[in-house]
Amino acid sequence: MSDLFGILKGRVDDKDYAKKGVIVQGITGAYGSLHTRNMISYGTNIVAGVTPGKGGQDFDGIPVYDTIKEAVDKTGASISVVFVPARYFRKAAIDALESGIKLLVAIPEHVPIRDTMEVVQLAEQKDAIMIGPNTPGVIIPEVLKVGIMPPTPFKAGNVAVISKSGTLLYEISDAVTSAGFGQCISIGIGGDPINGTRLVDAFEMVKDIPQLEGLVIVGEIGGDAEEVLAQHIIDQNYTKPAVAYIAGRAAPKEKRMGHAGAIVMGTYGSAESKVEMFNRANIPVAKRPAEVPILLASKMDEFGVK
Amino acid sequence: MRLLEYQAKELFGEFGIRVPPGKASTNIDEARDIAEELGYPFVIKFQAPVGGRGKAGGIQVCKNADEFEVRYPEVMNMTIKGEQARAILLESMADIQKELYLSIFLNRSKRCQTVIASSEGGVEIESVKNQIIYEIGLGEVSPETAARVAQKMGLEGSVASDFVDMLLKLVDLSVVKETELAEINPLAILKDNTLMALDGKVITDDNANFRHPELHMYRAESEIEERAEKSGFSLVELDGNIAVVGNGAGLVMSTLDMLSDSGGKPACFLDVGGGATTESVYEALTLIGKMSNVAGILVNLYGGIVKTTTVASAFLKAYDDNLIDLPVFARLKGAESEKARSMLTGSKTSMFDTVEDAISAAVTEVS
Repeated sequence: MSDLFGILKGRVDDKDYAKKGVIVQGITGAYGSLHTRNMISYGTNIVAGVTPGKGGQDFDGIPVYDTIKEAVDKTGASISVVFVPARYFRKAAIDALESGIKLLVAIPEHVPIRDTMEVVQLAEQKDAIMIGPNTPGVIIPEVLKVGIMPPTPFKAGNVAVISKSGTLLYEISDAVTSAGFGQCISIGIGGDPINGTRLVDAFEMVKDIPQLEGLVIVGEIGGDAEEVLAQHIIDQNYTKPAVAYIAGRAAPKEKRMGHAGAIVMGTYGSAESKVEMFNRANIPVAKRPAEVPILLASKMDEFGVK
Repeated sequence: MRLLEYQAKELFGEFGIRVPPGKASTNIDEARDIAEELGYPFVIKFQAPVGGRGKAGGIQVCKNADEFEVRYPEVMNMTIKGEQARAILLESMADIQKELYLSIFLNRSKRCQTVIASSEGGVEIESVKNQIIYEIGLGEVSPETAARVAQKMGLEGSVASDFVDMLLKLVDLSVVKETELAEINPLAILKDNTLMALDGKVITDDNANFRHPELHMYRAESEIEERAEKSGFSLVELDGNIAVVGNGAGLVMSTLDMLSDSGGKPACFLDVGGGATTESVYEALTLIGKMSNVAGILVNLYGGIVKTTTVASAFLKAYDDNLIDLPVFARLKGAESEKARSMLTGSKTSMFDTVEDAISAAVTEVS
């Protein structure tokens, strides 16, 4: 289930290696159409779009279907990216998973928690991956992106970045790129309380990528995903250079800081708890985004990675 | 949305969870009428979304009218953890035999709701060692599971069956109202062996608000926060004097952290959001202009979907309309940042290559 890289890129001897078909749900909306064009110009193979009531039309030459089922049947694609408004997300996601989609990238913000939980349950039953909701998506730099991230921060290389926040994913990938480290993959898991792909799942998806030389974990206040990941890394005795950044140290308690999930309740979700757990896992935590590549470089030195 | 205690208890009442007789008031005239209905003695309870009210003196017993006349205004005028009273709850006293703990809590890592119960109630749950925890998926609890929880709590007879009943009702409330937390603490066993919810904390999922028009009356955002939400950005008011503006919750939190590390005091957290337009950023600047404590604005933008020029246009319009007359310290990077920088050259915005430089200038110049 955790072969994200495989689903996105495929195997070298696949005919469509690095050109796997992607379906856009909500392709004719303002957001969907803008990002469809951006994804295509980055190299993503968009094979179909879905907008109920607009089946039979085309969007920039891409066929539009009424339902995701038709789109899957006609194209055989197993990746979908969803741009529908939050309150219609549940149905769009369930339809996609029922139609055989194996990787669902959920862009919308403000999806009710209960809807996300239902979709998570179904994704587990169907052995599918959901990334998001409230995510910028996933990018394999210089190959493809399924999501809304701008291309400039990313460059091909051997570091993986996994992040709750979208703009911090850009900011920190940019800092990492400027310091000379490219990325083999960057994943935004989203800023909601419940994530289809949790930090620990994202870690499992990237940790065995053969060329991986370093891992950057970008967390923020709220929940205990960082603590769970740090404990997992300790338990696994993971031996590749990893560094972290945690946003929200100065945030007041009991206030939602922009993201639905960024809230400290009592001690649940505090920055101190996350930093302490990363320290315990021997993962240095940067004080500011610009410090991330500095810590990464010194970790790589320590591990003898050039 | 975090409900106040009296609002949580209104929901409890609606779902058949027993609470003490009582009513909330916003002034002493209203309270005098309630006092007459309740009869002495009763407790008055400070209503604000904070914990630790008891320790801070926000819960007082009134044995007679003289005590009430003195204590009501005292509690009404308190500030606890920076919060003023939104209301004062008047409530009959309960004859407590024992205090328990019960909540339905969203476990984010396990991605399920959980029942948390303990026979040690009345204290912060984090400090309770003997927690009984059951994972219940989206909120499925059978009477058999509920009975097992009661048994593990050491409850027997009618107390056990009352507890099972209350647990099932609390789960029902959690599912129907879509809560992140529905907590009864303390859940009291009274001297007559009946159960009663003495305090309640309910947090509902804001993203599900559209399905719950009945909860709208409980919203308690400031006028500024409400206007922000309407325009599609998020704003949290803080105590300092430097407004922090950026795009993306993570980036703005990060800027807030760095500003605080440098000794600066943030006046607000303002995330213009992924769908920012010139109009919405202009509205954001209007709101900052209304905040009396702001003496400077720190801007940190990483342009992607939101172009930095969109934000620059809003600033130029705000200067033209004399909406803001504050020093602005900006770091603009990403989409169209060269153009945005040239647009703002010659305006009251000072531009910096790094956020660290922008912060140190802001901290030096705004004090």
